[in-house]
Amino acid sequence: MSNIELSVKDLSVYYGEKQAVKNVSLDFESKQVTALIGPSGCGKSTFLRSLNRMNDLISGAKITGEIWIGDENINDPKTDVVLLRQRIGMVWQRPNPFHKSIYENIAFGPRYHGIKDRKKLDQIVEESLTKAALWDETKDRLHRSALSLSGGQQQRLCIARSIAVSPSIILMDEPASALDPVSSSKIEELIAELKKEYCIIIVTHNMHQAARVSQKTAFFLMGEVVEFDDTDKIFTNPKEKRTDDYISGRFG
Amino acid sequence: MAHTGRRQKPKQHIIEEWTGKIFTSLCIVLLVVTIFSMVYFVATKGLSTFFKDGISVAEIFGSTQWKPDGEPPIFGALPFIIGSFSTSLLAALISAPLGICAALFMIEIMPKIGRKYLQPVIELLAGIPSVVYGFVGLSVIVPFYRDVFPGQGLGIAAGATVLSIMILPTITSIATDALAALPPGLKEGSYALGATRWQTLYRTVLPTTLPALMTGVVLGMARAFGEALAVQMVIGNAPHIPGSLFESTSTLTSVITLSMGNTVMGTMQNNVLWTLALILMMMTFVFVFVVRWLERRANR
Amino acid sequence: MSAKTADKIATAVIVTLAGFIVLILAGLLGFILVRGLGHISFDFLTSPPETIKEGGGIGPQLFNSLFLLVLTLLITIPLGLGAGIYMSEYAKPGKVTDFIRLIVEVLSSFPSIVVGLFGLLVIVNVFGFGFSLFSGALALTVFNLPLMVRITEQGMKSVPVAQKEASLALGLSKWKTIRSIMLPIAMPIILTGTILAAGRVFGEAAALLFTAGMSSPRLDFTDWNPFSPMSPLNPFRPAETLAVHIWKINSEGLAPDAPEIAAGASAVLILTVLAFNLLARWLGRVMHKKFTATK
Repeated sequence: MSNIELSVKDLSVYYGEKQAVKNVSLDFESKQVTALIGPSGCGKSTFLRSLNRMNDLISGAKITGEIWIGDENINDPKTDVVLLRQRIGMVWQRPNPFHKSIYENIAFGPRYHGIKDRKKLDQIVEESLTKAALWDETKDRLHRSALSLSGGQQQRLCIARSIAVSPSIILMDEPASALDPVSSSKIEELIAELKKEYCIIIVTHNMHQAARVSQKTAFFLMGEVVEFDDTDKIFTNPKEKRTDDYISGRFG
Repeated sequence: MAHTGRRQKPKQHIIEEWTGKIFTSLCIVLLVVTIFSMVYFVATKGLSTFFKDGISVAEIFGSTQWKPDGEPPIFGALPFIIGSFSTSLLAALISAPLGICAALFMIEIMPKIGRKYLQPVIELLAGIPSVVYGFVGLSVIVPFYRDVFPGQGLGIAAGATVLSIMILPTITSIATDALAALPPGLKEGSYALGATRWQTLYRTVLPTTLPALMTGVVLGMARAFGEALAVQMVIGNAPHIPGSLFESTSTLTSVITLSMGNTVMGTMQNNVLWTLALILMMMTFVFVFVVRWLERRANR
Repeated sequence: MSAKTADKIATAVIVTLAGFIVLILAGLLGFILVRGLGHISFDFLTSPPETIKEGGGIGPQLFNSLFLLVLTLLITIPLGLGAGIYMSEYAKPGKVTDFIRLIVEVLSSFPSIVVGLFGLLVIVNVFGFGFSLFSGALALTVFNLPLMVRITEQGMKSVPVAQKEASLALGLSKWKTIRSIMLPIAMPIILTGTILAAGRVFGEAAALLFTAGMSSPRLDFTDWNPFSPMSPLNPFRPAETLAVHIWKINSEGLAPDAPEIAAGASAVLILTVLAFNLLARWLGRVMHKKFTATK
């Protein structure tokens, strides 16, 4: 039985005349981390942002192809993006907590989705923060501003915020690149922990990070997927010469 | 952390989305309808002078006689048109150098002192109500002109003086923005050639920002052109072309202000006042058009 | 003349003119406050005006101005927020949006006297609201709306995209995102702008001459029933505001102490506008601090 959580078929993204992503087809399995690597401008972030229709916000962006989650095509104009985005969490390069308290940052989503019971919300906040390995550091100051946290803590808060609405997929756009090495390795540990429950798709510039955290890796170049395979194979024995060149640092 | 929440009220967010879309669209539609009805109502009223009352365009724009009570009544608006143009043009001429110098001071000469003292001063000047300007003009500027120059003191000079202070904030703030937006390399290039500050300003900075500076001046003039009460209080309100800047005269706005309340809706004189309002409105279009044209030049 | 001398002269001229502007404001404020402050007393602020006798006050006018301001803001703020949010969040770039922008620009450039005339024609006559506070508030709304739209748009544009995306990615609707995430962040800018706009509304007279009217009925300040014709709270009664009053006594005032009353009323007007200005600055600072605070 296949464990495919998200299946992308023939996806292309255009910004006006420019085609940023070219006919990409990829399958993402649940309880696995898939890394998207490639030089900057290769379309990996654009691809990631298509998966929860974030590119809708950019005027002039056009997306063709299919993105299947279960029996639903995300890219169908009729798809309810609001419901869709509850099932797909997202974490950005720079931590972007809401200008609210730590507690509110987590409770904001679930409350909107209909959970009004205070006890239930408390429970969600604790669970989410625990999963994001932030509970011990914040449990005594839940009602302080989220902006009082350090950068690494803020990023873990953003992860906690996204898992609080119980998604099945989490998209991460270079989640550790704006952080110091210590915070960065904490995020990596966290990803390793989260993969037990979620399908994680992570864009990263850092090849070592990709090798450490992911099970599958897709190498993007000029909007195309050059190679997609088990991470081990990509990093030790790539089929394509271009992949080898990039991984061994000959360009990019 | 079950998925129960979203199953309970699956469509609530769609209703919410529509609420937002409809509410904000309604607001914008209301705004657009307001403007269109403004143009429509003022235009129909203003044009009825020509179509219903049979007054010729040549009379309104060509005659210098304003005798609404005459036999037959004559409605020559030329004195008011001249009054409006000369007052606002003179105001812009006084205010432009002042405003541009203020901007130069704030951006190029002493930015710290400028931002701390001059900026709030300009903002306060912008906040003073026009009737207060009129009152001060009437109690200070008019008597001063009366003592120094021949005439009653009321007139175009007094009006332009008052207006020049009123439009100073407009000119200054736009000039300030334009100067602040200059790329730093531009000035450095000039300084590197050994130019003094004034040479740099005069040869490089001012020519580059000229369209933007002009935008401010035109906007200021537009404001002066449409200002009613402050001008009406100091212009004297005589309905003829003055012999000097210190003689009583009228502007489009001052005539409307004074006569609209004293005439009956639908009468010929009242309709002529609406024609004057229509001229004011058309001038607004012209000013907006010129400003847009200048802005395009500035952005090139 | 050497380049250095020219530079010195030019600098001197610019500094002098800048100083001159400060002097103008100082002179203006000084004149009004010196002439007017002496005339301000509790009695002056509360008693009704006299037509031909000395000793009239500005009580009803002051009340009218404040009441009219509240009415205007009640109408303008929701409309301005809605239209501004539409422009910044819903309008798609294109010809229609460009056209709407042009229209808003035109409306903001219309002379206030023209807005007043439109009010006279449509609100007072066609809709039949007569010379009333309500008509005045509508006219001032027309006058103030473009500014409110611009302020709101500026505020919304100042919200970091990351905040908006974070909220949308959580599966919140756009409208909820706008209300709960974006508006609070935009609030300092919107509030500061609104207060400054309120100062402008407070001093406006030309748009009110033919909408709110140039006279007030004898108000009965013990009657707070908004439907009674003598009640100060009745929005459908004519109302002369402070700014209109200043204009009126200057052009047709018969009271022997008209100049003093004008000066006193001007001082009150200026002080109020000044207070609005300071309030806006202070609030802007406080809210900025609050939102960027790390605690």
